[in-house]
Amino acid sequence: MSAFSAIGEETEVESDDYTPKLEPQATWCPGCGDFSVLKALKQALAELGKNPDEVQLVTGIGCSGKLSSYFESYGFHSIHGRALPVGRASKLINPELELIAAGGDGDGYGIGGNHFMHTARENHDMTYIVFNNEVFGLTKGQPSPTSPKGQKSKSMTPHGNAKAPIRPMSMALSAGATYVARTAAVNPRQAKEILVEAIEHDGFAHVDFLTQCPTWNKDAKQYVPYVDIQDSDDHDEFELDDMRGAWEAMRETEEALYEGEVLTGRYYQDERRPSYQEEKMERGDMPETPIAEDYFDESHDWKRSYDIIDKHK
Amino acid sequence: MNENEIVWRIAGGSGDGIDSTGSNFTKALMRSGLNVTTHRHYPSRIRGGHTYFEVRASADDIRSRADEYNVLLALGDSFARSPDEESVYGNEEVKPLTENLDDLAEGGVIIYDTGVIDTEDIPEFDDRVEENGWNVYPLDLREIAKEQGREVMRNTAGVGATAAAIGFELEAIEDVMSDSMGGDILESNVEILHHTRDKVLDEYDVDHGIGVPEGEHDEEQVLVGGSHGIAYGALDEGCRFISGYPMTPWTDVFAIMSKMLPDFGGVAEQVEDEIAAASMAIGASHTGAKAMSGSSGGGFALMSEPLGMAEGTETPVVLIEAMRGAPSTGLPTKTEQSDLEHVLYTSQGDAMRVVLAPGDPKEAYEQTRTAFRIAYGYNIPAIILYDKKLSGGLTNLPESFFDREADPSMEATLTEEEVQELKPDGAQDFPRFSYGAEKGVPPRPIPGQKDGRFKTSGNEHDQYGYIDEDPDNRVRQMDRRLSRFDHIRDELNDENHQAVYGDDDAEYGLLSFGSNKGVIEEAVDELSEDGWSVSGMNVSDMVPFDAEGVRGFIESVDRVFVVENNATAQFRHHVQRELAGYGDVMTSILKYDGDPFRPAEVVDAVESAEDDDVETSYNVKIQHKISRKGRGTETVKRLESVQGRGDPQ
Repeated sequence: MSAFSAIGEETEVESDDYTPKLEPQATWCPGCGDFSVLKALKQALAELGKNPDEVQLVTGIGCSGKLSSYFESYGFHSIHGRALPVGRASKLINPELELIAAGGDGDGYGIGGNHFMHTARENHDMTYIVFNNEVFGLTKGQPSPTSPKGQKSKSMTPHGNAKAPIRPMSMALSAGATYVARTAAVNPRQAKEILVEAIEHDGFAHVDFLTQCPTWNKDAKQYVPYVDIQDSDDHDEFELDDMRGAWEAMRETEEALYEGEVLTGRYYQDERRPSYQEEKMERGDMPETPIAEDYFDESHDWKRSYDIIDKHK
Repeated sequence: MNENEIVWRIAGGSGDGIDSTGSNFTKALMRSGLNVTTHRHYPSRIRGGHTYFEVRASADDIRSRADEYNVLLALGDSFARSPDEESVYGNEEVKPLTENLDDLAEGGVIIYDTGVIDTEDIPEFDDRVEENGWNVYPLDLREIAKEQGREVMRNTAGVGATAAAIGFELEAIEDVMSDSMGGDILESNVEILHHTRDKVLDEYDVDHGIGVPEGEHDEEQVLVGGSHGIAYGALDEGCRFISGYPMTPWTDVFAIMSKMLPDFGGVAEQVEDEIAAASMAIGASHTGAKAMSGSSGGGFALMSEPLGMAEGTETPVVLIEAMRGAPSTGLPTKTEQSDLEHVLYTSQGDAMRVVLAPGDPKEAYEQTRTAFRIAYGYNIPAIILYDKKLSGGLTNLPESFFDREADPSMEATLTEEEVQELKPDGAQDFPRFSYGAEKGVPPRPIPGQKDGRFKTSGNEHDQYGYIDEDPDNRVRQMDRRLSRFDHIRDELNDENHQAVYGDDDAEYGLLSFGSNKGVIEEAVDELSEDGWSVSGMNVSDMVPFDAEGVRGFIESVDRVFVVENNATAQFRHHVQRELAGYGDVMTSILKYDGDPFRPAEVVDAVESAEDDDVETSYNVKIQHKISRKGRGTETVKRLESVQGRGDPQ
């Protein structure tokens, strides 16, 4: 019998069940895109019937990192850029948990960029939501890795940002992510659908979530009007498991954003590649039953160093 | 040299199989009934560069490397760069001979491979041999190996020659060889072994009086180092997750665990950097596993941030820090104890970690188990601080030492039933950080447990883990977290990690920490033989500090010599800070040339400080001056006043 009865339990949940009674209202600025991520995540998990006790939400630092305070589940508000390593280890100890990691564009593509690359490369079975508002909000408007070239900020770049922005989806694809999508706060229906797909996906699912910052990125668009590339006749069709097609569509999308066109949708989905935990189990590098169960299983046989001491004789 | 012991050194280039030949020979000596200790010297280089492996074998109880050695097997560096007089490195080929002459005892034995080493290239070699009464056996080991098998088997030929020179039976060596090889390879090696032994006995009249002592063990022994102690302690305490990034010397533990864990039902992860490594151990622990990570100085610097996260989120984890020469990349393969302050204070804020520094492989095992027990009993990070010396130095322990119960329990973790019992009626979240918890430790649920959900955060948080900047909550949470240390100290007192050695009513004291345990014990013996009234204390509990025990020791003597492998007396200052005093009775003996102390160096420093009537607030710095001519290492003692680091007010 599992020591974790919340996992896999048939649950009737509504999106409101993910609202913490202790902190029902978020502290984000009025008009902030982050509200949409919270709402879409609640709806997606309700649709999937996930018990709040089987969800582990790991966040980084910044406005986005506070998501775990406003979402009712097990929540680990970690440190800047480190949500991915904290989260992916959770999955190795208990693969049956629903693992969601979240952070901002500075958190995921800047300070945590190395972890982003390697977590995607290893294809850990988790959903990573990046709140992309193209700016550092909580520290008051400094340029972020996704800020447009030339963007001016009062505090840091009076002559405009000299750096070209990073290409987050292309990065995820090159690194090895097996689900890549972009959605926007202004498109709640699509956002929820994409999060449902990302959560259901067995592998590393990267969702670049455009979240307007009404306070520090006023110049930038509110991400309207948005275009879903799958529904648009103006964009070439491509199969979701076609890396070359995905590559071109991502490139077009990443460039278009800085020319005022907000393209969103699904870009890549590969269901063939095994997730990291499957890969490790296949090789005999990870037990089939969750390690977390062993500590509560009184009949578990704990191997001792004495069992292997003969080689030292 | 003690007549009841043999100290054999095998020297060659990196890649010449020095380590495996040395540890096999050590095992053979152990199996013959002797006690052993080893020391490994090597450069940060894959192929070539002078390296040696030294084993001390005795029928007596030994605790340290010896002061000198008496048998050298110099294979020569087969991966040497070609000699060039203008270069900084000179003739590398002969260094396994030349670099080892200074420490060789008078009347000692030299066996060297004439196939690689030409003594014509060594200035004044013959004079030094004569002057020191060394017994030299020049043998073309390369040629012997080639004739009988393959050239790489010249190590075996050298071991055969050693056996002849010290009168060691070949059976024990053959036994060990047959553990790691078989078939034709084993056959050729055995042939070479016998052939060379016989050749030496035929061609030389071996009468130099250095022979392998006879010993007997009461029970079967195992050969282990500090890294085995740490890894096996972790496994027996139920650790089933390790994450890391390779770095010398921590890699040894990482490699042992990575090899073992799949068979033990665990997971090992080599990851992109040490920030990820420590963060993953924290994530694994949060999800219910006993988890560890670790590194050496530079890698541990990257763990500073996740270490603080573990402190702030009260996530139990064990980190290990294997010190080496520093700063920066420093001396990657040499020993030092200069990361003490780094480990005590790194990461922002008031430090809230447990730090233990074991003194030998036995303590490494015990204290790693303690570290896990404390970490998971108090939901706090615990650090094992050790060094290159302890990591790789092998010694024998009775096999029965490891016949212990596994203990995977986590005292401050709840079962699902307990979660449901303890959860307040009507609460949506579990109060993971409640103020009034016993011993200041609110127990934790594990994700996936029904009704256990809670928040945790690196931000200051309230009783449910929600971010909270209220001053009253802040003070209550800080006070609760800090209150754990009194209880941890009480628990550690039951284990008594401070090793005291020598007379109760001694006049002088030797005080040290970590891997110097055996050195100060042997120094106490040597000083006592010289008529000194002296005792030693080796401290392991760095945090929480055993103030009562250490104060008692300092007060029991008139004057204390504080022995440590660093240049700025970090341990002495830690003692002064913890005890708020005693600076006026302490003299530091410091060594930071990359080599561990030998007992005689400590003895010499103590005696000279006394002769010179050095004021106590001085440091005695030890430095080896390698002389190219003449015999012997000179210990240069530099006396310096301690600037600006007096007792805290």
